Amino acid sequence: MVVGELRDEAVDHLFHALADATRRDILRRCAGDEPSVSRLAAAYPMSFAAVQKHVAVLEHAGLVTKQRRGREQLVRTDPGAVRWARQALDQLEMAWRGRVDRMSEVLAPPVTQREHNPTRGRDR
Amino acid sequence: MSVTSVDKDFDNLTVTLVAEFDAPIERVWQLWADPRQLERWWGPSSHPATVEKHDLTTGGEVLYFMTGPDGERSRAWWRITSVTPPTSLEFTDGFADQDGTPIAGTTTTVQVRLAHHDDRTRMEVRSIFDSREHMEQLDRMGAIEVFQQTVGQMDALLAD
Repeated sequence: MVVGELRDEAVDHLFHALADATRRDILRRCAGDEPSVSRLAAAYPMSFAAVQKHVAVLEHAGLVTKQRRGREQLVRTDPGAVRWARQALDQLEMAWRGRVDRMSEVLAPPVTQREHNPTRGRDR
Repeated sequence: MSVTSVDKDFDNLTVTLVAEFDAPIERVWQLWADPRQLERWWGPSSHPATVEKHDLTTGGEVLYFMTGPDGERSRAWWRITSVTPPTSLEFTDGFADQDGTPIAGTTTTVQVRLAHHDDRTRMEVRSIFDSREHMEQLDRMGAIEVFQQTVGQMDALLAD
């Protein structure tokens, strides 16, 4: 199972990688484009080494891939991994949305349409 | 719709959801405070929850299990860290092994706030999770299929 491959440590790496604004920005830049590490480094007010480290964290988490072209290393966002992380957060949202729906049902069992209370609001 | 807003915070791995119910605050509080009512909404229909112990006091605990489609049971617990009826509840939620021993690293912190809103009740739930716990939860809820079917939009993440 696809998700099974991402359990435990891999998942921790993924969320750690995403929990940083610079790294998310790098993901953004490397999604539409395929910049080299040095071009990326020029975009941030930090050292080349610091940017390189961020890229390494992203690479370790499987969010980006690096490809050597000549003397440059090109960085590219892996859409599948980003999508996966997105879905993981969505899943928590869905769990709570489901709970809220069920709470509403407990509060007003759907025997009759609870939104259509005939005693009010009809002639506004 | 009952859910009025959802905020996902990548930095803090937090999902904050706001919902409104057409019911008084005391009634909404009962959804949390009455174990029989809690059982009716906590777990998805595929994995309903059965509450075995329910002590909603600070330091108290709620023990429950969720039953999957094949009859398998996942034990879980809440540890209440703060409770002020009928407006506020905070607890950690985690899984346990079959002996009831909490499984390390599987916890989520949940903060619930209820407020009067005209004749309705506004509920804010802040859910702060670690990734591993989240995956455990996904697994236990049998939600992985749904999860895989979800068409994720990369733009949505990248636009955050």
